[in-house]
Amino acid sequence: MANKIRLDVVTPERMVYSDDVNMVIARATDGDIGILPGHAPLVAGLQVWPLRVLKDEGEMQIAICGGFIEVHPEKVTVLAACAELSEEINVERAEAAKERAESRLKEPTADIDVERAEAALRRAVMRLRIAEHGRFQ
Amino acid sequence: MPSTRDIRRRIKSVKNIQQITKAMKMVAAARLRRAQERANASRPYTEKIREMLAEVAGNARDSVHPLLAVRDGEKTAYLIVGADKGLAGAYTSNLIREVLPHVQGKDGVHLLTVGRKARDYFKRRGYTLDQEYTGFSEKPTHQHAVDIAREVAGAYADGTYDEVYLVYTQFFSPINQKPTLIRLLPVETSGSQEGDQPRDYIFEPSAEEVLALLLPKYLETVVYGALLQAAASELGSRMTAMGSATENAEELISKLVLNYNKVRQANITREISEIVGGAEALK
Repeated sequence: MANKIRLDVVTPERMVYSDDVNMVIARATDGDIGILPGHAPLVAGLQVWPLRVLKDEGEMQIAICGGFIEVHPEKVTVLAACAELSEEINVERAEAAKERAESRLKEPTADIDVERAEAALRRAVMRLRIAEHGRFQ
Repeated sequence: MPSTRDIRRRIKSVKNIQQITKAMKMVAAARLRRAQERANASRPYTEKIREMLAEVAGNARDSVHPLLAVRDGEKTAYLIVGADKGLAGAYTSNLIREVLPHVQGKDGVHLLTVGRKARDYFKRRGYTLDQEYTGFSEKPTHQHAVDIAREVAGAYADGTYDEVYLVYTQFFSPINQKPTLIRLLPVETSGSQEGDQPRDYIFEPSAEEVLALLLPKYLETVVYGALLQAAASELGSRMTAMGSATENAEELISKLVLNYNKVRQANITREISEIVGGAEALK
């Protein structure tokens, strides 16, 4: 079909998602980009942010913790260090990770890697967000 | 001449060993299948990253990224991916034989090891290890690769190492593995991309910045790939070794049983002749 574009979400551990979709909205390192079928070839880095996928049935979100997006006119490939669909997210774990990261950032000691804690916090917050709102709407 | 009781005891102990080797073989076989699945699952990602790197590097040819800088220094680091456990046939010794010519009697060699066996070997011979990673040689995760890659890249960028080599065992089949040495850093991007027509990509924000993001990821996938290959090799090698150990035990048992029967028969014959001799004497 002409108005569809193939989306593959790949991580080192597995293929997370592969389907034909209407539109993909991703947060690149310098802002949101929306990709429709027939987009010009593009390569961009991604932030830790939900990937929004628009299909006929509605919108769904996929948790992406940083990576790359490669766009061809008929195909989008997202390479991510980790990626999860909303139903795969372990809410308890994400909440625990959020609390841990917050407490670390509140009282930074010498042996704590602030950058890492911040990244962990961002991932946890994103996961919680998706677990709550990421299903088909 | 050992007594029948001694032989019986030996048969029992060999049987016990055989049970253990058999169990280890089964466990290794099951884990090997899982390791192979994981190696297959990681392939699409690895190929895509490699493809992307070639394209991006082609578009950012004159950029100077610290991980691409070629320096002619003496400080060479070797990242040796070995096993945590033994009982895997010649797995560890084959790996070490691959490394030794490069490190023996040389100055400025830095070693980083994965796995207890590799660590112990070099420690016992008086090498100092810059870093050691243990406890995951059979089931590496991507996070392990990320940690290792980050550390290596950091040390390379700040000039601690001038070159980094990766030594691991490539997996072909359960009975065929080959120790391999590849250069990890500086990254070689001069792939043969001249042949196929270069696509006109838009880079957000720029080819250089994408390259800077991509290189560490590339490094991670190379390390992850090596860890997975090494895990599969270790398990395959253990499976083969334990399989032949089980066979050897079987052979040994049948020899011992034969021997046992001979001794038993000899005993019976001797007793009969003693009785007959005693009866003759009483006549």
